[in-house]
Amino acid sequence: MEEKKTKENSIGVVETKYFTFAQPPNELLLDGGHKLGPITLAYETYGELNQDKTNAILICHALSGDAHAAGYHQGDKEPGWWDSMIGPGKAFDTTKYFVVCSNCLGGCKGSTGPSSINPINSKPYALDFPILTIGDMVDAQRHLIDHLGIKKLLSVVGGSMGGMQVLQWVASYPDRVKCAIPIATAAKHSPQQIAFDEVGRQAVMADPDWHKGDYYGHSQPEKGLAVARMIGHITYMSDQSMEEKFSRRLKEKNYSFKFTSDFEVEGYLRYRGDNFVKRFDANSYLYITKAMDYFDLSGDKLIPIGKKIETRFLVIAFQSDWLYPLYQSQDIVRQLKIRHADATYCEIKSTYGHDAFLLEIAEETHLIKHFLDKTFLGYNVKRI
Amino acid sequence: MTFNTVRLDYRIIYKIIEPGSRVLDLGCGSGDLIYFLAKEKNAKVQGIELSEEAIYRCVEKGLSVFHSDIDSGLIEYPDKCFDYVILNQSMQEVKKVDFVISEALRVGKKVIVGFPNFAYWSARFRLFLKGKAPVTVSLPYRWYNTPNLHFLSTSDFKDFCRTKNIKVLDAYYLGKKGLIRFWPNLFALNVVFVITQPAGTNI
Repeated sequence: MEEKKTKENSIGVVETKYFTFAQPPNELLLDGGHKLGPITLAYETYGELNQDKTNAILICHALSGDAHAAGYHQGDKEPGWWDSMIGPGKAFDTTKYFVVCSNCLGGCKGSTGPSSINPINSKPYALDFPILTIGDMVDAQRHLIDHLGIKKLLSVVGGSMGGMQVLQWVASYPDRVKCAIPIATAAKHSPQQIAFDEVGRQAVMADPDWHKGDYYGHSQPEKGLAVARMIGHITYMSDQSMEEKFSRRLKEKNYSFKFTSDFEVEGYLRYRGDNFVKRFDANSYLYITKAMDYFDLSGDKLIPIGKKIETRFLVIAFQSDWLYPLYQSQDIVRQLKIRHADATYCEIKSTYGHDAFLLEIAEETHLIKHFLDKTFLGYNVKRI
Repeated sequence: MTFNTVRLDYRIIYKIIEPGSRVLDLGCGSGDLIYFLAKEKNAKVQGIELSEEAIYRCVEKGLSVFHSDIDSGLIEYPDKCFDYVILNQSMQEVKKVDFVISEALRVGKKVIVGFPNFAYWSARFRLFLKGKAPVTVSLPYRWYNTPNLHFLSTSDFKDFCRTKNIKVLDAYYLGKKGLIRFWPNLFALNVVFVITQPAGTNI
């Protein structure tokens, strides 16, 4: 019954598409001063763009996400990473809205990144790939949105790093975003967040298989990348969610008195780490985490002093999220209030930690559905 | 919903507020009051509310609200940026009343404060003759489950305004069905005060 319901609300089989731009000599100028081109972005779309092109929603993925946000790829058993939120009747209702999700610049799921072929020497870029910022990722997305013929997005939405892109969209192209929904995110990476990223990067770079990034054609630094992912997963959960999920349960009946993984939590982290290396490029991990660390739209960098902004905001945070704590979302909200932006803020009660933005579907759906409908159809109340 | 079926305190506040005013409701609950003001008085409204469930109700109505307590103040708002700040039935639940009121007076040109009157005759009766904590229509809770942290009468609030140099512009005394004219401190269940304080004369 449950499965039938899921299938009914699914958008069904979807395909990833590709858009290539920034052909030399019109390369994309990056924040770091380098030029990059040609650039390919992998993207998927769900639903139909209306005639006025006013119903488009851009979904921005987090660190390890990709363009496949919803539906099923032919032959796959698992749907896209935010399928519970995107589809007929869901938070992002594909019977009303045209939903776009693209793999970020620097990624490894079809968009140009360090594992892509460098046209200069026909080899993978590896560390010749320029350092990126979240601003560069958004600039690349903007080319895709232009290509799709969308002048103004109804909404830009995303959690974690996706939320940073949401804020960056407003900072870079305020007139092209009708409403913004940053979830479980921050206006800048804190020293603690930078520290976790750096430990992850050091784990990758300490792996002898990394070869200063030049490992393509050989096996990638699996051990290092798996450790980075394991650290990541710890930060995505909460003390309480780990207690509930694993407690001190053992995989076998007794302690092994060896350095094998006795506890379920160890097995889980190893499983997650091992799975991650099968689907993610280690160099992409380095570049993307670096971009997150450089991100800083704090203070008046989000909305410059004196600038009046029309974009509506729905800022969502989760109570047990210690990686992107509430105060960071409150800082975003404070900046919006100071600049007289129209904003709504909700702290959802959850024990899932940072992962909550992928799990607290009912609450997010309730907020987002109404917020989008009111933004799309027009409000019947005036706001400040 | 006809006007007369709307809660009496909402109707009083509706009459106080000029059309098109900028209004901030501190402790806006499900947003019924500001929704009413936005729809019927063309007010530009914003709310602050502590309950997550109430935030959902506000978002359903299309209101802009912030999930926050009001005890932490309103630092991000410049002085006198609202025509009205409303503290209706929320003042008695905050921890630092004088701080919250001073912040409301700072950001609002006028502040509307509504609270239950502790000196209502039946409250006095329960306390004086029965020796029990008051339970009335406007103070329906028992001593062990009340959200109210502060208990005050109309006279208490007037004293407070006098000592804090706050100007009382208007006072409305609410009975069960309408306004009370005589002996309000004895016969009013709820009170709605309109107060103000010129910028620079902080309490």
